Amino acid sequence: METLMCLLVGVLFSIGTYLILTKSLLRIILGTSIIGHGVNLLIITMGGLKKGGPPLLGLKNLTYTDSLPQALLLTAIVINFATTALFLVLSYRAYIVLGTDDTEQLRGKEDE
Amino acid sequence: MNNIVIFPIIIPVIFGMIMIIFRKRLKLQRYLSLISMAAVGIVTVYLMLQVKSEGIQTLHLGGWVAPFGVTMVVDMLAALLITTTSIVAFCCLLYAFRTIGTERENFYFYPLFLFLITGVIGSFMTGDVFNLFVCFEVMLVASYVLISLGGTKIQLRESIKYILINILSSFLFLVAIAFLYAMTGTLNFAHLSLRVAEVGQDGLMTTVAILFLIVFSLKAGLFLFFWLPGAYSAPPTAISAIFAALLTKVGIYAIVRMFTLVFYHEPEVTHLFIGILAAITMVLGAVGAVAFWDIKRILTYNVIVGVGFILAGVASFTTVGMTGALYYLIHDMIVKALIFLLGGTVIYLTGTSNLRDLSGLIRLHPQLGWMFFIAALSLSGIPPLSGFLGKLFISEGTFEAGYFWLGAIGLFTSLMVLYSIMKVFMNAFWGYTVIKEEEEQGTTAGLLLPIGILTALTIALGIGTQAIHEYVDLAVEVLMNPSFYIEAVLGLNPKP
Repeated sequence: METLMCLLVGVLFSIGTYLILTKSLLRIILGTSIIGHGVNLLIITMGGLKKGGPPLLGLKNLTYTDSLPQALLLTAIVINFATTALFLVLSYRAYIVLGTDDTEQLRGKEDE
Repeated sequence: MNNIVIFPIIIPVIFGMIMIIFRKRLKLQRYLSLISMAAVGIVTVYLMLQVKSEGIQTLHLGGWVAPFGVTMVVDMLAALLITTTSIVAFCCLLYAFRTIGTERENFYFYPLFLFLITGVIGSFMTGDVFNLFVCFEVMLVASYVLISLGGTKIQLRESIKYILINILSSFLFLVAIAFLYAMTGTLNFAHLSLRVAEVGQDGLMTTVAILFLIVFSLKAGLFLFFWLPGAYSAPPTAISAIFAALLTKVGIYAIVRMFTLVFYHEPEVTHLFIGILAAITMVLGAVGAVAFWDIKRILTYNVIVGVGFILAGVASFTTVGMTGALYYLIHDMIVKALIFLLGGTVIYLTGTSNLRDLSGLIRLHPQLGWMFFIAALSLSGIPPLSGFLGKLFISEGTFEAGYFWLGAIGLFTSLMVLYSIMKVFMNAFWGYTVIKEEEEQGTTAGLLLPIGILTALTIALGIGTQAIHEYVDLAVEVLMNPSFYIEAVLGLNPKP
């Protein structure tokens, strides 16, 4: 299970990287969002999957689920959500003001 | 346990939230922001004295003891950096009152500024890797808004690149944290240090260490600084000054903490790698500083040289080198803010940042000219100003560690820094006065006060180094002996 999840994370990362390397701003933002999902899956995988126990250490249970990665994950999702929202708003504003969403034209000249 | 530890973080947060309520009361906001920075400074100095007499101060949030809960730790390094942060922020606020403009003030400039400071101070104080990530994000989200606040074309263009690169580095940070958690099963710095020492720093662990190094290099501008010159020259002076003074330093602090406390077992791999990156950074930064004729560009490239130089001291991993890095870190926070405020004032007065269009300002503004001269000398480490001692110790440390090439590059680039900053001084302040007083776009009234404070501070730090000598030594002692930190946090035996 862990191996499969790691492969999925790899796929998500490669799709995200491909999208970030394109020129359109919206695709770049989608790329960061997909990489974000990959990172979240990675965190949850690193805690170990499908152990079948409650997140408590008791005398009767032989195994327990590590709940810390899930707490980390929630925080990461919230932060990811906030930055993506900000990034979207800012890129829309930049599109209105600068008149382009092509990163090639957003490079800027040296003598400005 | 010491509840005062939390105050440097919550004071700016609470004041910032109060200010959001009183959005239209600009005067109130100004006073409140100044008061909060002064309060942070006073509390931290009090904490610093406590650290000196009673050892490292910790606070386990919510009563959850060290490896399980989030811990706030104030050791001497953190205390020194937070004090400097509050002073620099105070001066940048004073400068912002006159220059930032009501338009930006109306759109939450002061609350955002305080949230930025919260993130910076939180990063200095946290004792937990994941909490470090959260504090980084608090700081970065505030900086995203500050860098685009005002919405001019150049700001929007640069802020998009800045946000993209920082979002990516945050993801890498999370990946590194995930790997580290999988291998050690803990996130607390002290506990991590113990676990890594137990299982040994094998190849896999060193790879994770390098991943952390890449993340922090992106934030600090160590080698991966391609985003920095554009991003730091876009926003108004007060904002770019606080960025130059604080944001890169947080990345440097994270590198120092990680590679002295957790990943210190393989210095011939990790620390040599930091040294090589630092050398390349210094050379590239110095070339950039010499090449450009635009004040803002020259100053931002000087930020990069400073980062390289501090990490050269860290790379040496000797007591002397670390002491130098710490002195230089404090000096750099003050003098980078100072030189950015001075350069910004020149641009503010004349309306241009091109050195070829500037000349003879010293006739109109003698105080400004002389303070620029002092700042320039301090920046390149001329005694008796504050940069000298750090430079001396860092060079000594690199020689002691056997990295002669690193020390030589450091000294050579400081000559190039001197040339680049003297180029600004000579072109802007010497020569015929081409601009009349009434043609100027603004006055220096009120601007000279924050600049004067910082100039006085750089002189005082240079002459009165003896006063902070004891504190710096204490900080370096903790850095070089991780057991002090571990014992203080895990509660085995809290002593310095």
